[in-house]
Amino acid sequence: MKINVTVNGVKHTSDVEPRMLLVQYVREVLGLTGTNIGCDTSSCGACSLHVDGEAVKSCTLLAVQADGSSVTTIEGMAGADGSLHPMQKAFMDNHGLQCGYCTPGMVMAATSLLKENPNPSEDDVRIGLEGNLCRCTGYHNIVKAVLAAAGK
Amino acid sequence: MIPAAFDYVRAGSAAEAISLIGEHGSDAKFLAGGHSLLPLMKLRLAQPSVLVDIGRVTDLSYVKDAGDHVAIGALTRHMDVENSAVLKEHAPLLAHAASHVGDPQVRHRGTIGGSIAHADPASDLPATTLALGATYVVQGPKGTREIAAGDFYKGFLESDLAADEMLTEIRVPKMNGAGWSFQKFNRRAQDWAIVGVAAWRRGNDSGVALVNMGQTPILASSVSSALSGGASVADAAEQAVAEASPSADNNASVEYRSHLAKVLVRRALEQAGS
Ligand SMILES: Cc1cc2nc3c(=O)[nH]c(=O)nc-3n(C[C@H](O)[C@H](O)[C@H](O)COP(=O)(O)OP(=O)(O)OC[C@H]3O[C@@H](n4cnc5c(N)ncnc54)[C@H](O)[C@@H]3O)c2cc1C
Ligand code: FES
Ligand code: FES
Repeated sequence: MKINVTVNGVKHTSDVEPRMLLVQYVREVLGLTGTNIGCDTSSCGACSLHVDGEAVKSCTLLAVQADGSSVTTIEGMAGADGSLHPMQKAFMDNHGLQCGYCTPGMVMAATSLLKENPNPSEDDVRIGLEGNLCRCTGYHNIVKAVLAAAGK
Repeated sequence: MIPAAFDYVRAGSAAEAISLIGEHGSDAKFLAGGHSLLPLMKLRLAQPSVLVDIGRVTDLSYVKDAGDHVAIGALTRHMDVENSAVLKEHAPLLAHAASHVGDPQVRHRGTIGGSIAHADPASDLPATTLALGATYVVQGPKGTREIAAGDFYKGFLESDLAADEMLTEIRVPKMNGAGWSFQKFNRRAQDWAIVGVAAWRRGNDSGVALVNMGQTPILASSVSSALSGGASVADAAEQAVAEASPSADNNASVEYRSHLAKVLVRRALEQAGS
């Protein structure tokens, strides 16, 4: 089936099998491998990206469901000149990552969270990231990073 | 994990969806948010030959004040149920329960209609709408019918919906200031409830329903009868499992589930007040 998707501002027209997952589409068809697959069962959030500005788990979405949408992946977060997105910078400054595997998903979920709640409490951040697992950091520095990005 | 191959068609309206599902026969399935169906398809526990995508039937995404009840379009996402000002005012129990479904990413995609049609006893919104005495509106090739939530759930993942019928609207009676509580006991934040309770109380009236305490969501009518007969909260809560038939799984034995249900019903009734 033919789909039209704008990914990180670039329009793509692709012919995909209906059963292709959105995460496969961005990784294997478009070569954007920043979006990771962790659990592949909608639990870990590593595959989080934005569809029309909202975080979703791309392992639980078909590429055909994103037809006509605008998708942003971690590769689309930095500025054209390579300057980091404020959320990426906050993760770096606050040591919000260790191995980095969960980080693209965390950054995408966290930016979606701040869009819906620009002034979150620490609890709001912890609950807002309940769909994202991290096996390294113990979460404290991730929460610190998100609060820093919110200006707290 | 990749689902087995299927054909994909997209419907622009409920009428078109029903005609497409009729055309493609009993192996076709509606796809709403996909957050119950796609995980099953990836595990190949479901292998529909055709998916009829109703995710873009946006005229069925609404929450409206309809006088004595609130009308919710079946394609309304959990996030929009959670944030609805109309629901926060007139059926706050439902808005609150929706905020406990999965995590934000799940709530950005999953729909109230998909959750009810899927008829999972472990899901939050089937039991919550059951406690509230909701009515489900269903459209099929022969027209529209209304099903009381109490008559809808037939067994594990089984409902009164025929394969060519689509759930279009959920009607929730206004709570008119009733006290309420939603108790969800789970081990990890985003998980389904090990046991959950949705409850409301107004004077002698109440509605109490249990999550994950049987093959269907369970209306704990013995609790409500006890309360209206003047029983104390503690005594009424002892009736929590009268209608339930819980099973054991990795998380809980039958005994533990039954104990949890009584404790959570008591907490819910205390929080809901009199
Ligand atoms: C990680 C994760 C965690 C979750 N946690 C919870 C939780 O804590 N609590 C909870 O309650 N749920 C939870 N869910 C399930 C979630 O609520 C789903 O969104 C919901 O159960 C199904 O809605 P959907 O729109 O995604 O339906 P789909 O998956 O698209 O459809 C589900 C079924 O219903 C049918 N269907 C869908 N819409 C209609 C309709 N309008 N008419 C007739 N048939 C229809 C489909 O054919 C399919 O058989 C979770 C899901 C995930 C992935
Ligand atoms: S890979 Fe999608 S949620 Fe884990
Ligand atoms: S930094 Fe390693 S999983 Fe989060």
